[in-house]
Amino acid sequence: MSWGKHDILERSPMLMFIGILIVVSIGGLIEITPLFWLRSTIEKVEGMRPYAPLELAGRNIYVREGCYLCHSQMIRSLKDEVERYGHYSLAAESMYDHPFQWGSKRTGPDVARVGGKYSDEWHRAHMIDPRSVVPESVMPGYPFLAQRKLNYKDIEAQLKTSAIVGVPYTDEMVENAKVDLETQAGKNTADLEAFLARYPKAQARTFDGNPNEITELDALIAYLQMLGTLVDFASFDESGPNLR
Amino acid sequence: MAATSQRDEWSALSDLLAIGSAGFLTILGLILAMAGEDRVMAFHGCLLFAASGLALLYMLTQFVEEREPADTSGYADGVIRAGVIATVFWGVAGFLVGDIIAWQLAFPALNLDLPWTNFGRMRPLHTSAVIFAFGGNALIATSFYVVQRTCRARLAGKWSPWFVFWGYQLFIVLAATGYLLGVTQSKEYAEPEWYVDVWLTIVWVVYFLVFVGTVAKRKDPHVYVANWFYLAFIVTIALLHIVNNLAVPVSLLGTKSYIVYSGVQDAMTQWWYGHNAVGFFLTAGFLGMMYYFVPKRAERPVYSYRLSVIHFWSLIFIYIWAGPHHLHYTALPDWAQTLGMTFSIILWMPSWGGMINGLMTLSGAWDKLRTDPVIRMLIVAVAFYGMSTFEGPLMSIRSVNSLSHYTDWTIGHVHSGALGWVAYITFGALYCLVPWLWHRKALYSQRLVEWHFWISTLGIVLYITSMWVSGILQGLMWRAYDQLGFLEYSFVETVEAMHPFYIIRAIGGLLFLLGALLMAYNLWRTVRGDQPVDATDQPSVAAAPEFRPGEYTAPAE
Repeated sequence: MSWGKHDILERSPMLMFIGILIVVSIGGLIEITPLFWLRSTIEKVEGMRPYAPLELAGRNIYVREGCYLCHSQMIRSLKDEVERYGHYSLAAESMYDHPFQWGSKRTGPDVARVGGKYSDEWHRAHMIDPRSVVPESVMPGYPFLAQRKLNYKDIEAQLKTSAIVGVPYTDEMVENAKVDLETQAGKNTADLEAFLARYPKAQARTFDGNPNEITELDALIAYLQMLGTLVDFASFDESGPNLR
Repeated sequence: MAATSQRDEWSALSDLLAIGSAGFLTILGLILAMAGEDRVMAFHGCLLFAASGLALLYMLTQFVEEREPADTSGYADGVIRAGVIATVFWGVAGFLVGDIIAWQLAFPALNLDLPWTNFGRMRPLHTSAVIFAFGGNALIATSFYVVQRTCRARLAGKWSPWFVFWGYQLFIVLAATGYLLGVTQSKEYAEPEWYVDVWLTIVWVVYFLVFVGTVAKRKDPHVYVANWFYLAFIVTIALLHIVNNLAVPVSLLGTKSYIVYSGVQDAMTQWWYGHNAVGFFLTAGFLGMMYYFVPKRAERPVYSYRLSVIHFWSLIFIYIWAGPHHLHYTALPDWAQTLGMTFSIILWMPSWGGMINGLMTLSGAWDKLRTDPVIRMLIVAVAFYGMSTFEGPLMSIRSVNSLSHYTDWTIGHVHSGALGWVAYITFGALYCLVPWLWHRKALYSQRLVEWHFWISTLGIVLYITSMWVSGILQGLMWRAYDQLGFLEYSFVETVEAMHPFYIIRAIGGLLFLLGALLMAYNLWRTVRGDQPVDATDQPSVAAAPEFRPGEYTAPAE
């Protein structure tokens, strides 16, 4: 190898710039682009649906408070994890997550399937003072969530934007976003049937124990209580491409 | 004559551009402040308004006063001095926040149950402060220093370098205040929301232009190796930043946006970004620093030219592939995990190529390790680089990762790189730069550098050993089974077991912070021009070039 050849690059920042650009592009192109059309990463699984408006608002609070820094939402296909948390996470289960919330650290336990594991009352107490229900916990307390009214005046715009990035919200869902949010929080029952038709398996009730207003805690608990409840693993066909 | 008038025209054009942009940004800030749909956007509009308004006023006063044109024949060092001060300031701030959140994990009452002080909001503040504020300012300042010296050319642009500096500080302030007020897009190390990302992109493009413009003016036909690394860092970070942060804002007047990717595609894109923020921000850029300051301080040429060529191209090619090792056993397809693991292991070689090139630069001058604590800091940084680039490939092996992932082992690994490599090479560079930039004959106190070195080394050792123990312990407890085949420990039992190690870690962090405060004091006394207490103990290279005995010689080119 002639080292003189490298001299050409050393004398031309332009060539070096182009060289760097080519060299650093290859790995990403090969690893990322196929994921947009491989069957195992884009397949749909029965039961998955977009977040109901209240759940989406709760998810935004989860993001805002940085919960992902201590709680993962990705159960790995390891024996102990499956026994501790439930069926390993499928790609399809986070297909409507913009951005993903898999996390990278478990200072607290995984929450991918926390939905239905605890009562609303437990969540309430846990959020206000984690050590009241788990004395050894190191989680911060979030008492302010119960006191803050949920701001959902732009919930339609939130759904609409989600639709732009690929979440299959229909026009009907966007139009009814506000009503659906209030319905799920137990504010009215008139539209319950239509709401459940739009968002199957959604749970509608007062989540924070305070029926008078819709708080941030309502939204967050609604989100936590639906995590991992959409796919029915009793009837899930494991022979699909999701088997890793 | 013609040349002069042309230069005047260019200068007038650049003034016009600078004033025009500042005016535009002032108006934009005002609009956001008045019409911002949420309070954070309005607040950030105020910040933009104030920052660009001040810049505009400052530039206008420059013309009203009709001063003598500033001397533009030498190097542009003012912006580097500002960068050095910012590096020290943000370093101390970032270490402080880091230690606070370390104590929060040991004693959760310290979260105060308030939104602005809880761990979830403070942790991105810590990571962004140390990576982007401390590390970023160090990289910008040293790259401006190195590119001028090795190209023997003044920084390109009149206002642009200052725009890069102040624009970058504004980025930091917008990001940091945003986190505390609950504005984040939750992608690790890419938490700032869409409008802050747009701002950083603008600043970064100008940074690229200033850097490349300076290289283009070089007196020497060759571009020195440190500049290759800085160039790769600037270019690749731009690419990573833009691709990873593509998002659609809910409203142009609001803070919230939705990332265009979801689920597994987003995870892969994020860790492609995340791992290469390590690879190009915290490695390539700081290797540029190593390639200038180690040979310069040791007064020895770089060990091997060929090794630097091989290690440069292989490092940047291989690093890009390593991202999927953050996603072992997840819903990412197996082939991608395997590729990520394989390239991570291969990456060990170019990394150690760089380490060897740095360490061996000291051949024939090993005694300096004993006599000069600044070179010791630089060399120990390279040694830590070698250690963490060995540990990284080890942890990327799938079966090791099944134990280490999600635990404190990862946190310890990151800190052996961040404290041992990134911070130490920066401290070394700062100890070199301050006397050189402020025209001092020596550092205020070399003995304080010794104290800084030993206190912070002890801090690092406490930090990484406690995290090894807690990480491996927790990983083993999660997968432990009892005799009857049930999981032996509940999750919270594993949390309880972490407590003593969290205290040790927080003490280690405190020592590291103390060391940084000693440095800040020492550098401040040097800047102030106080009489050095032990100038005779310091090597002649500690002095600014004009005070060194003998002919001034260029560095290792």
